[in-house]
Amino acid sequence: MNLQIDIKENTNENLVSLSGEIDVYTVPKLKEELLPLTEEQNKNIIVDLSGVHYIDSTGLGVFIGALKSADQSGSHLKITGVNSRVRRLFTITGLDEVIDIEVNEREEA
Amino acid sequence: MEKTKLSMYQLYKDMLDNYLQSKSEHALYAAQQFSKEMMEKDMSPEEMVSLHMSVFQEMVPDLPEEVVDSFDLLLEVMIGYGLAYREHQSLRDRQQQLESELNVAAEMQQTLLPDEHIDAKGIDFGVISVPAGKMSGDYYHYIQDEHGCIGVAVADVIGKGVPAAMCMSMIKYAMESIPEQRLQPAALLESLNRVVERNIDSNMFITMVYGSYDPRDHRFYYAGAGHEPGFYYSASKDTFEELTTKGLVLGLSQKVTYEEYVKDVQPGDFFVLLSDGVTECRTEEDFIEREQITEMIRKYQHLPAQDIVNRVYRELEKMQDFQLRDDFTLLILKRDV
Repeated sequence: MNLQIDIKENTNENLVSLSGEIDVYTVPKLKEELLPLTEEQNKNIIVDLSGVHYIDSTGLGVFIGALKSADQSGSHLKITGVNSRVRRLFTITGLDEVIDIEVNEREEA
Repeated sequence: MEKTKLSMYQLYKDMLDNYLQSKSEHALYAAQQFSKEMMEKDMSPEEMVSLHMSVFQEMVPDLPEEVVDSFDLLLEVMIGYGLAYREHQSLRDRQQQLESELNVAAEMQQTLLPDEHIDAKGIDFGVISVPAGKMSGDYYHYIQDEHGCIGVAVADVIGKGVPAAMCMSMIKYAMESIPEQRLQPAALLESLNRVVERNIDSNMFITMVYGSYDPRDHRFYYAGAGHEPGFYYSASKDTFEELTTKGLVLGLSQKVTYEEYVKDVQPGDFFVLLSDGVTECRTEEDFIEREQITEMIRKYQHLPAQDIVNRVYRELEKMQDFQLRDDFTLLILKRDV
């Protein structure tokens, strides 16, 4: 299973749309693409996980790294489009308290 | 070496002679054996071609010039193969070396886990931990103090393999440095978190659940740091309940506090602690649901705790075609009926 990474860079905002699986095999590629974006000063980085149905713990690690790096550069990381399975993972690990996560409304309904 | 070459020459000549006359399967089989011997003696493919050419020229002295010359070309081509073959051999040697180093490391890792048995009156205890590869990022721990109180823990380092295994040893030593908190799960996690935060890479983390059981008043105290919830089985209600805890993973920020929970444990009640390698089991098509795990435990719950964890492991291993995708740890602590 692969991971598709699609990046749209605007002036104040970087939108990263992901689809596929985020696991130990796809993590190096994601790290390489996502981390430089979080190092830019004063930007909003929105990661859309609508197309992601599976994240393992290594995948969560990337978002933790991205969060720390965004905090340092005065940027803001936001995650959107999480399905219930992925959301559960963020909740169990307590990461939903430290990362800004927008719940996928359709999934919740 | 010269002597070997000479005997190889004779051997090959006899073989070729035999084959040209008989064209038999048997002669071809001899060629297979010969090639094995060649490899053992580190003969390269180009040496083989050149051997064939000299033998053949001796057998058929009046070869057309084109045939003889064509072998020069083949020789040149085989040199490339020869290089690749030698590279392969040196890689294989290096791989064997790495493998044996890894085996030593894996054995060392085993010694980090507790090996004495819990031998407490009124308590039944069982644990199984199996790495997906050679080394594990899961850690489990149990300890019994002089009052018979038991501390149990399951921790899961993000990722797997060697980096995870190295982190695991940090947890072990950090826990040993705070023995006085063995019976205070929340305080223990807070101390551990501070150690882990100082010593871990920014995109790594550890999840952990810690519980302590006091057999004098039959209470189980527990706290969790972002860990996959285990289960609490109540014998009187005959139900499984999720052992949910609130708390951030270890290693993310210095100042984290953890909530402590407590349960009154009745005869026959038991606790199941696990790593996400148990609940994240995947078959060809799908994930295994948590209910499937409790159903399996229910099926074996009349057995001793160690047998329950062993059987559940075996069943889940089979469902995944004997290919674990993640490190697997399952622990059960039960109050006897």
